[in-house]
Amino acid sequence: MKDTPLSNCERDFLLRAIEEKKRLDGRQTYDYRRIKITFGTDYGCCFVDLGKTRVMAQVSCELVAPKENRPNEGIMFFNIELSPMASPAFEQGRQSELSVKLNRQLERCLRNSKCIDTESLCVVSGKTVWQIRVDVHMLNNDGNLMDASSIAAITALCHFRRPDVGIQGEEVTVYSPEERDPIPLSIYHMPISVSFSFFQQGTYLLVDPCEREERVMDGLLMIAMNKHREICSIQSSGGIMLLKEQVMRCSKIASVKVSEITELISKALLNDKAARKAGGRCGFAESMPQERITALKTEETPMEMKDVTERANDIIQKAEAPPPAVSSPVVPVPGVGQVGQQNTWGLEEEDEEDEEEDGEEQKETVAKMEEDQHEMEDRGAGDVVEISDSEEEEVVILHPEIPVKAKNTGSGSHQQGAATSQKRQKK
Amino acid sequence: MLPSCFLCVTLISIRVRNINGADLTVTRTCRMFSRLKQRVEDVLLPGDEFSFETDDTISLTEAVKPEKAVCGPGLRRSGDRLVVCKSGVLRHKPPNVFWIDSQQRRYVPAKGETVIGIVTAKSGDVFKVDVGGSEQASLSYLAFEGATKRNRPNVQVGDLVFAQFIIANKDMEPELSCIDSSGRANGMGVFGAGGLLFRVSLGLVRRLLSPHNEVRSDLETLFPCELVVGMNGRLWVRSSSIQQTLIIANLLQSCETMTAQQRKELFRRVQQGAL
Repeated sequence: MKDTPLSNCERDFLLRAIEEKKRLDGRQTYDYRRIKITFGTDYGCCFVDLGKTRVMAQVSCELVAPKENRPNEGIMFFNIELSPMASPAFEQGRQSELSVKLNRQLERCLRNSKCIDTESLCVVSGKTVWQIRVDVHMLNNDGNLMDASSIAAITALCHFRRPDVGIQGEEVTVYSPEERDPIPLSIYHMPISVSFSFFQQGTYLLVDPCEREERVMDGLLMIAMNKHREICSIQSSGGIMLLKEQVMRCSKIASVKVSEITELISKALLNDKAARKAGGRCGFAESMPQERITALKTEETPMEMKDVTERANDIIQKAEAPPPAVSSPVVPVPGVGQVGQQNTWGLEEEDEEDEEEDGEEQKETVAKMEEDQHEMEDRGAGDVVEISDSEEEEVVILHPEIPVKAKNTGSGSHQQGAATSQKRQKK
Repeated sequence: MLPSCFLCVTLISIRVRNINGADLTVTRTCRMFSRLKQRVEDVLLPGDEFSFETDDTISLTEAVKPEKAVCGPGLRRSGDRLVVCKSGVLRHKPPNVFWIDSQQRRYVPAKGETVIGIVTAKSGDVFKVDVGGSEQASLSYLAFEGATKRNRPNVQVGDLVFAQFIIANKDMEPELSCIDSSGRANGMGVFGAGGLLFRVSLGLVRRLLSPHNEVRSDLETLFPCELVVGMNGRLWVRSSSIQQTLIIANLLQSCETMTAQQRKELFRRVQQGAL
């Protein structure tokens, strides 16, 4: 689908406004729009909002064979996708000129500046290295996609953690995140690109053009720098003639902007780290503001606990007398089930929520095990309980106290009838 | 008079035959009517329906007055039910008009609506105009006031035109015209020098066009300005200086998401010169 054409009156108005140093949204000439950085639940997923422009970067890694001429270095792969979600002018699948340009710019900015230590990505020299892949997706285009992509890419790389590897001779074992903590990439510096748009043959300059301004501009200058004032990449497009003083001035402005943005990125990374450590909920879903449109939206997982007491009583009455060690079921508050505080159930949690026939056999066997354990418990109160032939590895009885037992029986009571009958049969 | 966006007008009245075959013109509209009235100003979602309940008793002795309910956009009749097909707030205008007020930015051309279009191409005898819909509309060069085969209108590619739809349905290419049925321009035609064009949602545009609306009256207290409202969600504004034009454009764009209170507050602040 084609994008809306720019009308003559819009073009005239914008150019006149720029001559009077006025921008559409009231910014100053050197102002950036509001930048907001949020992270997803996985390491390496990052969203960047630059005003209304929205971009997502995702970093992933895999083990591959290295390149022939560089056996000691890891491989970096960058990819920018212009999703049709971002603008009606972007078509799915087609590599437009803009897409090629952005890809090239991002590669030069991040790869040629050697901001990532590729030698640290080597696992077995000449055989196995890490390939780090950065995918940047455009979610909304309101101008200046390049800056937003570069911020998103470098933040995602800083946020990313790769799995730890162990090398024994020629054998490589990759440890999962549960076994060993994943390790961050080694990043030397953070190159960030700043875009300058020129109007009226280079007379007027604007930083961070929005989409309308990009449509009327004559040319664009992109400077990628890091906070140590090193220029990583510089590119001028649009065929405008720039004077030396103009380029020097732009690089000075860029250094100021880059240090501000780098500070913002570091702060965002720190906040995310603190949030993850505190165990708080983090991720994309949390970063979206809660807009309640439906009144009936609930946040807790819904559990079918409506008639557990009745069913439980029912089953107990129908079944034979339970073993004396087990007390009557306790449901603390009608409609509320206590599952998961002191977790001795392992697999049984899900079964309970379903209350389906499918899991019943499993429930029965598990309930049976539980009752065996209960009996063992009563026999040796305070002794270390041995779970001998339990099929579950995760079942751990932490404190042999009444609430736990009551909980167990409370939720296990509806399985009790069947379980006890099975037990009797086995006996 | 109803605004031109009320395209679907439905009568609801049902003829019922009793067992003996005699014809009873009984209308159950009054019951549905009251149900509709109950839900006015409620948020409704697509799929909500107003139907006749089967255990509604119809009194054969009472004289039941047939009533007509006029349904506007967002409500559709399917069989003997009224189904909501857009999400939004149900509005009512006495005596019998109901419609759904929804927020939408995508425009679908409808006959009789006046829109702001951008001329994209001149091919032979027609101009191709972009109106924000799925297809470009065509505008004949004779459809301007005072235009003849010799006297062609002065329209360039990229100009803005204010026109109305003479053909707009889903099977054909939409057609625009800058003159009304009597041959007069009536405010339509090419315009746009010096102003700013921007996009808003369709709901705001309808609000601006409704008679005696508050947004316009608040705007009148600010600066003198010219405003062209296209029903495809495009607004054009021009004021005495660029700064003022920008202010009005930003104010209107932010009106979408503000309550009346906040809007009045904001306009008051602008008037005092704070912004």
